[in-house]
Amino acid sequence: MSILAQQLVLGLLIGGLYGLAAAGLSLVFGVLKVLNVAHGELIMLGGYAAFWTVALLGLDPFVSLLVVVPLSLLLGVGLYWGLFGFVVRADEETRIKNSLLIGFGLGLALHALAVLLWTADERSIVTPYGGSITLAGLSIPIVRLASLLIALALIGGLHLLLARWRWGKAIRATAEDWQAALLTGIDVRRAYLLAFAIGTGLAGAAGTLVSIGYSTSPSIGLEWTLKALIVVVLAGLGSMLGTFVGGLVLGVAEAASAAAFGGPYREVVGLVLFVVVLVVRPRGLFGR
Amino acid sequence: MLEIRDLDAAYGDIRVLSGVTLSVGPGEIVALLGPNGAGKTTLLNSIAGLLRPRAGAIRFEGEDLGALHAHLIVERGLALVPEGRRLFGGMTVGENLELGAFAPRARPTKAAGFERVYGLFPDLYQRRRQLVRSLSGGQQQMVAVGRALMTNPRLLMLDEPSLGIAPRLVRSIMASLAEINRAGVAVFLVEQNVQAALGLAHRAYVLEAGRIAGHGAAADLLRDPHVRRAYLGPLAVRE
Repeated sequence: MSILAQQLVLGLLIGGLYGLAAAGLSLVFGVLKVLNVAHGELIMLGGYAAFWTVALLGLDPFVSLLVVVPLSLLLGVGLYWGLFGFVVRADEETRIKNSLLIGFGLGLALHALAVLLWTADERSIVTPYGGSITLAGLSIPIVRLASLLIALALIGGLHLLLARWRWGKAIRATAEDWQAALLTGIDVRRAYLLAFAIGTGLAGAAGTLVSIGYSTSPSIGLEWTLKALIVVVLAGLGSMLGTFVGGLVLGVAEAASAAAFGGPYREVVGLVLFVVVLVVRPRGLFGR
Repeated sequence: MLEIRDLDAAYGDIRVLSGVTLSVGPGEIVALLGPNGAGKTTLLNSIAGLLRPRAGAIRFEGEDLGALHAHLIVERGLALVPEGRRLFGGMTVGENLELGAFAPRARPTKAAGFERVYGLFPDLYQRRRQLVRSLSGGQQQMVAVGRALMTNPRLLMLDEPSLGIAPRLVRSIMASLAEINRAGVAVFLVEQNVQAALGLAHRAYVLEAGRIAGHGAAADLLRDPHVRRAYLGPLAVRE
């Protein structure tokens, strides 16, 4: 029993990162109607950016977020101007198709670039502090707990940004109805740019936390894209807090199935959830 | 104020408007009548910048709108209440109105805008914290008009504001348009409810199959046999 509980705790901890990874994908998909399948590769890049920031500048691993997130925002601006800004000129159905092509191409290119620059080795950031706290007989790794709390804080911040900031409201309006947003005087292209940059910034933050608590390598991209996609379908569009909870649900469900049926089934449960939610509740648990 | 000359518009290969010429003067209320599919919505969407015309010119206070993005047309003082209202249903009444004041021209007048909208539609003030999708159709139409007013327009265009709304609320919305107009805002109104539209407007155009088929003072059109037969029904003709 306590082994199961321990597994579930670890599942919850990684679930927070699933939620953070999915938030960026969800924001971009919800606002631009563009499915960025290279989102996982952006997470991978964030992981490397954090790794090198820590290795070269000697920063505390968590403090490296202050470097990685701004860099990711800039990368997002660049990718929007260079690639995705052209996609959003098409109507919404065409956007999905074109964004898949561009996303897969971008993902492959980034993967190859990462292998070339940093080899295919796994890297993870070693924290100067470590250990676990013990709570009710359960051992909770401090670094992963901190990552979960940071992920939660970032999601909370994003929620406030979208609820209160002038352009946050504009982004939500654009997500609901871009033509109506134009008619209220919102520069929809700028709302797209901001949403894409924020989505990429979130990917950078997720990558940093992944390489701190777990590890990064050039090939983690697809896996993280899939996890994020499952969470987006699970949670539905429109609520960042809902997306975060969806990530926790996936993390716990994976841990439970791994404990019940053995490790190899960990990956299956997400896909089962994906199908079940699509059949039973297509707009997701928290979708609007 | 608004001058449209020889406007052609199309969706793909389907031509919707041919050679439309019309104008709206400062302080005027002008109605645009016509059957379904005549191209009325296409005309409004072209003026608002949601659709690029094929040919012809749209000028607003002397400036050619053809090259402007839709959000910049709002900034020039031209607002559209679109067909079907197109509100942000997941947001509150207050948030919808606030978004109306997003354009730079509207930001300094935001407080006055709220006062004006809540003055016109006291119901909305009571419901300012409610989600728009929980409101009735008539209340939603008030939010739509209010959101457009928040942009601080000099010309307000409305696409069938009476559609799907109880008759009592139609009268109330028409009365609010008259009041908005008295404050100096020109109104360009597309309406299926011809009686209500001609009761309000100074002038009107009739659009049929993408062409202007007639135009005149509202009072004259109300007496015009063709208009009566086509838009006011057989009872009106016999009368």
